Amino acid sequence: MKNEGKKAIWSEYQKEIADDNFFYVRSCIRQNFFPGSEVAFLRILRDVLHKDVFEHPCHTTCSGIGYHGDVVPVETAMTVVARQFALMTEAGYKNYVPSCITSFGLYTEILDTWHHFPEVEEKVRMQLKKATGRDFEKPENLAHASDVIYKFRKEIAAKAKYKLINKETGEPLKVVDHIGCHYSKMFPSKGVGGAEYPYVLTGMIEEWGGEVVDYPERRHCCGFGFRQYLVQANRGFSIACSKEKFESMKPYKPDMIITNCPGCPMFLDRWQYVINEMEGKTYGQNGKGIPVFTYEEVAGLVLGYDPWDLGLQMHQTDCEPLLNKIGIEYSKEDKYNLKVLPAYTENHNLVNV
Amino acid sequence: MRKHVVVIGGGVAGLEAAGQLTKVGVDVSLIEKESKTGGNLNKWFKLFPDRRSSSEVKNYLDGMTVNNGINLHTNATIEKFSRSKSSFSITTNAGKELKADAVIVATGFDLFKSERKEEYGYGIYDNVISSADLEEMFRKGIIAKTNGAEPEKIGIIHCVGSRDEKVGNFYCSKLCCVTAVKQAIEIREMLPESKVFCFYMDMRMGGALYEEMYREAQQKWGVNFIRGKVSEASETIENQLMIKVEDTLAGRPLKMKLDMLVLMAGMEMSKGGKKIASISGLHTGENRFFAATDNHFGNNKSNVEGVFYAGTCTAPMNITETISHARAAVLEVMDYLTDSKI
Repeated sequence: MKNEGKKAIWSEYQKEIADDNFFYVRSCIRQNFFPGSEVAFLRILRDVLHKDVFEHPCHTTCSGIGYHGDVVPVETAMTVVARQFALMTEAGYKNYVPSCITSFGLYTEILDTWHHFPEVEEKVRMQLKKATGRDFEKPENLAHASDVIYKFRKEIAAKAKYKLINKETGEPLKVVDHIGCHYSKMFPSKGVGGAEYPYVLTGMIEEWGGEVVDYPERRHCCGFGFRQYLVQANRGFSIACSKEKFESMKPYKPDMIITNCPGCPMFLDRWQYVINEMEGKTYGQNGKGIPVFTYEEVAGLVLGYDPWDLGLQMHQTDCEPLLNKIGIEYSKEDKYNLKVLPAYTENHNLVNV
Repeated sequence: MRKHVVVIGGGVAGLEAAGQLTKVGVDVSLIEKESKTGGNLNKWFKLFPDRRSSSEVKNYLDGMTVNNGINLHTNATIEKFSRSKSSFSITTNAGKELKADAVIVATGFDLFKSERKEEYGYGIYDNVISSADLEEMFRKGIIAKTNGAEPEKIGIIHCVGSRDEKVGNFYCSKLCCVTAVKQAIEIREMLPESKVFCFYMDMRMGGALYEEMYREAQQKWGVNFIRGKVSEASETIENQLMIKVEDTLAGRPLKMKLDMLVLMAGMEMSKGGKKIASISGLHTGENRFFAATDNHFGNNKSNVEGVFYAGTCTAPMNITETISHARAAVLEVMDYLTDSKI
């Protein structure tokens, strides 16, 4: 494999990512799946990088999960999205940062549709006005939250307590990066590194000391795939997809998986447990699973956050093998001894609505 | 007074046109951007359908031109192009100004850059090569992987950069199917133990003796033709290639490990042609090739009086068609020089 070829592609797919003043919108499902990730993003942006990040309490689902699940029509989705933009406009922000990959894909698709079909945008504006009395401006900059962490990956590395390095061997950890399908497969130019060899997570891994594993099923779906899982009869297909990936990555002996999508870490994490239960099969080393993380969790670990503050006890595939490899300090006793983080128990940017 | 025609491009069309013009007593200046003539012909070892050596054709063309008194400018590109009344002024990158009574544009084609089909991993995965790379292997007489070993299973992907909305090329490059068939046979001849799989959308064998070659490839050489577009290639830990493709006749997806993958790169308007279009006011079509004024009666004529087209600068065509097209361009030029009372 020739890395020069990838570098040439990466150089063609760079995007503008705002530097500050972010309007951050959470995912519908991430807070249930991995509740520490979005908080970690806010802590890193605000406390470590000293950026202005605003959250609006009236933000709702973007409806992307319904749109891609074939139950929400696109015009409805557009009007919901228009309302989110109205919230951003009212709050005085211009840099829109969704936490969810599908939201990012949906926003990208809608902005592109409006660009090519301005009459559709006008119709949506009218619908929103009639329904809510709201007007909106389109974002000046749209970046996924992983784009933002990618942008500040060097700053995070400069403040890192740990590196993605095996403390025993001194070797870089082997990291599988998995990109959510809706990040750049629909609009390659909107993703860092494009669609075929995305760089957004690779850039973080390289900067933080790890080594990316390129395995044959790297582009394959994680197994969520919306209808694969949302339609109950298809769930066998969902786990089969995940298994395909695990089988493909196993020979490379990866130390961890890092993802940037709400569904991917969920399915890559949970299905490992299920496969173990069904077939007694594991894909990590020493009979364990391969720990799966969100990029916020990895950034938090690198910065020295307590693993349990990051919510790693919510993972079904134990994360401890990775923590031990890096040499991250943690308390076994505190794993399920949940504590409340005072700074983030309430939205300190709460506005009157 | 002898007429002077500038021919832009020293590939098959340009050489043929220049040679025919000298035959009828016209002074010719031939401008070629490379250090030698021949264009894309130089990249090919043997030609379909009869596997004649490309050097034979090259020798024929050189015999008519390079050795026949034409004024050849190599390493030359065109920086200025203007028309005043019935005379053209063309300035090269060397600052040489050429006056001409007529111009033949024969800027040919560029092979589609296979790395643009990112999913196939050209330039990234070892042993993903283009059809032109394979010709180079034929020329050297050895088909080998990057580690020097002989490949046992070889895949050939048709339509790389052709009939592909994603890369902006809707058109068929016409020659890739027959090139794939030719190369598949040549691989089997050189590596009798090998297995060759061609992945195609449609087999477009619309030329003399093409269909016969296609039949020979299947019956005599056992080449496997699978109707389906390869969706992606990747590399295994054993450094083998793995492709995913849907066999649309069997109606099922396939995953296959290969030792080598050959991409049948399509044809695109050449970079030189694009530059000339931008400085001359010559029209290009939706496919970005030069647009002739009439598809039936004016296939060599441009929108600028006195400028004519020859060969693949207007559309993909094979060497036979290119030579015919170049000869037709010469007829148009002579007609123009005679009638225009210059």
